Amino acid sequence: MLNIKDLRASAGGVEILKGINLAVRPGEVHAIMGPNGSGKSTLAQVLAGHPAYEVTGGSVTYLEQDLLDMEPEERAQAGVFLAFQYPVEIPGVSNAYFLRAAYNEIRKARGMEEVDSMDFIDLLEEKLKLVEWESEIMSRAVNAGFSGGEKKRNEILQLAVLEPKLAILDETDSGLDIDALRIVAAGVNKLRSQDRSFIVVTHYQRLLNYIVPDHVHVLSSGRIVRSGGKELALELEARGYEWVEAAEAMA
Amino acid sequence: MSETLLQETDARAGAAIAEGPDWLEAVRRAAAERFAQTGFPGSRDEEWRFTPIGPIAQGVWRAAPTASAGVTREQLAPFTFGHPEWNTLVFVNGLYSEALSTASALPAGVVVSSLAEALRSDGALLERHLTRHAPAEGSPFTAVNTASFREGGVVHVPANVDLDQPVHLLFVSTAAAGGSVTHPRNLIVVERGARASVIESYVTLAPGQSYWSNPVTEVSAGAGSWLEHTRIQRESEAAYHVGLTHVDQQRDSHYRSFSMAMGAALARHNLHVRLNDENVETLMYGLYLTRGEQVADNHTAIFHDHPNCRSWEVYKGVLDDRSRAVFNGKVFVTPEAQKTDAKQTNRNLLLSDSAKVNTKPQLEIFADDVKCTHGATVGRLDSAALFYARSRGVPAAAAERLLTYAFAAEVIDEVALPPVREELDRLVLERLETGV
Ligand SMILES: Nc1ncnc2c1ncn2[C@@H]1O[C@H](COP(=O)(O)OP(=O)(O)OP(=O)(O)O)[C@@H](O)[C@H]1O
Ligand SMILES: [Mg+2]
Repeated sequence: MLNIKDLRASAGGVEILKGINLAVRPGEVHAIMGPNGSGKSTLAQVLAGHPAYEVTGGSVTYLEQDLLDMEPEERAQAGVFLAFQYPVEIPGVSNAYFLRAAYNEIRKARGMEEVDSMDFIDLLEEKLKLVEWESEIMSRAVNAGFSGGEKKRNEILQLAVLEPKLAILDETDSGLDIDALRIVAAGVNKLRSQDRSFIVVTHYQRLLNYIVPDHVHVLSSGRIVRSGGKELALELEARGYEWVEAAEAMA
Repeated sequence: MSETLLQETDARAGAAIAEGPDWLEAVRRAAAERFAQTGFPGSRDEEWRFTPIGPIAQGVWRAAPTASAGVTREQLAPFTFGHPEWNTLVFVNGLYSEALSTASALPAGVVVSSLAEALRSDGALLERHLTRHAPAEGSPFTAVNTASFREGGVVHVPANVDLDQPVHLLFVSTAAAGGSVTHPRNLIVVERGARASVIESYVTLAPGQSYWSNPVTEVSAGAGSWLEHTRIQRESEAAYHVGLTHVDQQRDSHYRSFSMAMGAALARHNLHVRLNDENVETLMYGLYLTRGEQVADNHTAIFHDHPNCRSWEVYKGVLDDRSRAVFNGKVFVTPEAQKTDAKQTNRNLLLSDSAKVNTKPQLEIFADDVKCTHGATVGRLDSAALFYARSRGVPAAAAERLLTYAFAAEVIDEVALPPVREELDRLVLERLETGV
């Protein structure tokens, strides 16, 4: 599904990603952990096509296409979704209007008919249940004045509506209370399927108790320094990042 | 030059005065004399510094043609909010057209009529109000209007009457208007405890024509009255539009204005609101959308002369290409006007690198126990929001439109009357989607 080879990227002339290699097969869940500032969000944003980052080397193939050659909207239309670490506020645009616009743009790009607001409301009601939310939230402006937890839950709602093939969750668990974490994780689990893959960026083993990953990677200073199964997350929790970084330095 | 205009003015003022009452004749003669002395504002006049009125001052403007040139109701359909049944006074090239106007049932005592008709049948009302709120000394353009007006709309809502439908004053220019000037003069009087919504539109059937509109509207809002006043300026983009709205508010009244400017090569609108007693509420909203080389200039002035009043002002602009906007917001608070609560905001969105804004708040506050704030911003579309929308599948151009619309919609949302709000919404969307 996704094949990242020796990916290098920089911002403002400073190299942040220094050769990332990662292969994600359909249906897999990959967790990415690593210290603050190691480049996790940069990797996520580069995959989504954020213009602030310059790709200086390597390649990313997504479903046989050159992902790096696609506009951000083309990536979304092709099924890539990024749940932002810091979701953006859009004053003046209602959550419902925004989500329907996105939904219809993706349908249009796939040669499908657009849905009218009535049909969309039905679909929305369904998806709201998945994140255990009331429909009032849909008439508010996108993320404007939302609490940190509400913003994260809104990302998962968008994920549920847009039904991507590759979902990248950048610290969606940060800022969630225990109930919200359970709801969000349950929502993600319901969306897991044989042909939908997840990359889950997190600092906490706790999330991985709910969303059990197939692979865990540790990102440090722009490189993946260790990969393993779900037990790697437990080991990290117990021993900290210094342990892998030290091991890396010795290797 | 201005002498040419003055001769025109004299000729027309003479003609109209022959029809008008003595008191009005005297006022108009004084206004003509005043303009003869002052001429148009010079480049050093602080009030007009950023307003390129050269083409108006140097133009030779003929009187507008008198025939209504075969305009049909179908042609007016795009301008009637989908509500052709509303009371509508239609003026073609400045002259009243009874045939195109709509007179539907009104509560007893309500007057909706042309100025010429009102001068005949409501002399006492007009003597009390017409030219009394917006004196000719206010500006040379008001002087010219006062000396020269021939027609306009009059709306009078007697005490405690609730007009459940809006009244629309619709000024239409046609291809025959090329090179001409009109001086519409409107009067809106909403008496004690009455409630009304009045729309004033300036539109064109000839988008490329150059002409000059010089309207003045006087508004009197009685004690405890409620008035929503919407002004929509969609003149030809080759035309000049200089307008004044002067409002006098009495105790406990609520006046809300929405001033939309989309048309004209040069559009200037002055909105002056005087709070003549306590506990008055004034809401002033504005939206200007400019492109090409358009200049949209809004000057507002609010006179807080009495205590315990609240004024709230939000003007927003969306500027494309090499267009330019001017905003000047004056707030005067006299020493008596304690507990004044005044807030002014001007926000501008630039869609191009070559668009420009001159924005200037001007607060003169002489009372100490007041809450007065102002803020002005000039910015671009939020790049983070643009990327966010694109990352959800919305193409770049559509994302830009969405955010631009959202910026404008925030102020349109303040319009109280749903059909008016929806129409303004539609105008913005149409401009963004098709460039109309
Ligand atoms: N647009 C940018 N311009 C300049 N520097 C940037 C930019 N984006 C990221 N960086 C820098 O790159 C490094 C990696 O940042 P990134 O946000 O990817 O870290 P992260 O691993 O997501 O950290 P956290 O766990 O704190 O979210 C940091 O030093 C950061 O300051
Ligand atoms: Mg991060």
